[in-house]
Amino acid sequence: MTAQATPPGAAQRLPRTLALRLGVPVVAVALWQLAARARGSVFFPTPARIVDHGYHLWFSGPAERAFLTDAAVRDLLPSLGRVLAGFALAAAGGIVLGLALGRSRTVYALCDPVLQFARAVPPPALVPVFVVVFDLGTPMQLASIVFGAIWPVLINTAEGVRGIDPLRLDVAATVRMRPAARIVLLYLPAALPRIFAGLRLSLSLSLILMVFSELLPGTADGIGFSLTDAQTRSDLLTVWAVMVLLGALGHLLNSALLAVERLALGRHRAAHRT
Amino acid sequence: MSPATVRRKRAGRARSALLGAVGVLVAFAACEALGRSGTVRSAFLPPASEVLVRAVELGGDTAFLNGVGATLQAWATGLALACALAIPLGLLLGSVPAAAQATRVLIEFLRPVPSVALIPLVSLLLGAGSETTVALVTYACVWPVLFNTVYGLGETDPLAKDTLRAFGFGRLAVLLMAGLPSAAPFIAAGVRIAAGTALILAVAGEILAGFGEGLGTFIAQAGMATDGTRDVLAGVVWAGALGLVINLALTAVERRLFPWAPEHRGSGT
Repeated sequence: MTAQATPPGAAQRLPRTLALRLGVPVVAVALWQLAARARGSVFFPTPARIVDHGYHLWFSGPAERAFLTDAAVRDLLPSLGRVLAGFALAAAGGIVLGLALGRSRTVYALCDPVLQFARAVPPPALVPVFVVVFDLGTPMQLASIVFGAIWPVLINTAEGVRGIDPLRLDVAATVRMRPAARIVLLYLPAALPRIFAGLRLSLSLSLILMVFSELLPGTADGIGFSLTDAQTRSDLLTVWAVMVLLGALGHLLNSALLAVERLALGRHRAAHRT
Repeated sequence: MSPATVRRKRAGRARSALLGAVGVLVAFAACEALGRSGTVRSAFLPPASEVLVRAVELGGDTAFLNGVGATLQAWATGLALACALAIPLGLLLGSVPAAAQATRVLIEFLRPVPSVALIPLVSLLLGAGSETTVALVTYACVWPVLFNTVYGLGETDPLAKDTLRAFGFGRLAVLLMAGLPSAAPFIAAGVRIAAGTALILAVAGEILAGFGEGLGTFIAQAGMATDGTRDVLAGVVWAGALGLVINLALTAVERRLFPWAPEHRGSGT
């Protein structure tokens, strides 16, 4: 696809590309605006009102607090903290355990069925267990995120390590490379592309589980809470605004991860974005 | 493959299976010991054997099985709808660069919206019922199938396309005769990934709705009962087993249909 999209005259085509890329979304939003205005349905407010509402709700605060309002501090920051902390823990745990498991065929064979089962369990199904164990609150939410998001990283890391070229291991044995050096110089680089594939899956799972764990009855703060709160008040404007915010947040986090991936993997994988 | 290699492969597989069984037993014994010893309160982690017995008991419970049936129905309907939407769309986007560019911003914005966040909106729009679950499952499953279709089309052998074009076949014919077959293994991998996501969403939707029938509803209600952890975990065992069976079945189908396909590489989202 990209090969066809960037012929020699790419610079001349730029206006056309831009028009195509931005044209359709702009037209779609404009049509929505017109249709919503004409129908005046409570369920589908106009985009202008949604954006305006979101702005007033979260980003019209004082300048010294980066324009965040009280509602933003109460709802957005805790959620952001949870999703980042949960994802970081899942990533670290998954990579460490994956490296440990992937290096030995025997250990991997021992753990494989248990891992496959753990991965097959839909993570939300376990959240009620965490609610009983940790009670409602941040520890329960973190546990849910970590338990749901760790498997793709763990399994991908282990498989990446297993797929390492045996020749390189022989070389490492010949030069008597120390275990720590082996991990940094051999296993990690070999597994990195698969690790990042796992991280991308984990990130979207983290976001899903963050929202899910905050939607449960009894939670008191977070983006998910503001969503249920708005739902019970039939405040559709807030529901829509939260959705737009989550879309933007997801896009932002994903772009950040892709940027890190490109840095870590260098140019040779640049064409491989999914 | 020489008979010796086949024999060695078989021996390797038998060894892995044996080790796997040992691993399962160790994990089971560890959970049992933790539950019995009292280091962890039994309300938190009931002994593994009790959970397993309860899970088997549930297999004879008609009401529970009906619930599982309802969950699976929502799962299958949502997945089928997602495929019906995503495969043609993916073929379009993958073969017409202008269409791909035009929809890119829209897709980049819609995709990262976490599907569970749609639950409040969809349940306000459609009410709480199976339509809501189906809509959520569909939304979540469209993405992996769509992206894998587009990606698979990108891997079409240019020579095959050129040859067909040289014989005077039109765009659509080239797409159907060269593009679709080469994209098919990727599409299948996308469907397999989507099937897992669909199960997550079906269960999550039911847990949050909290009523009606379904595996998620069972888990949610057991979670609220005092000392209900055993039932929750028994439900989790069922959910995990369903996920495992679905994944194994789809992997087997993929292997049979596309034995030439290399390690299916589509990573979905």
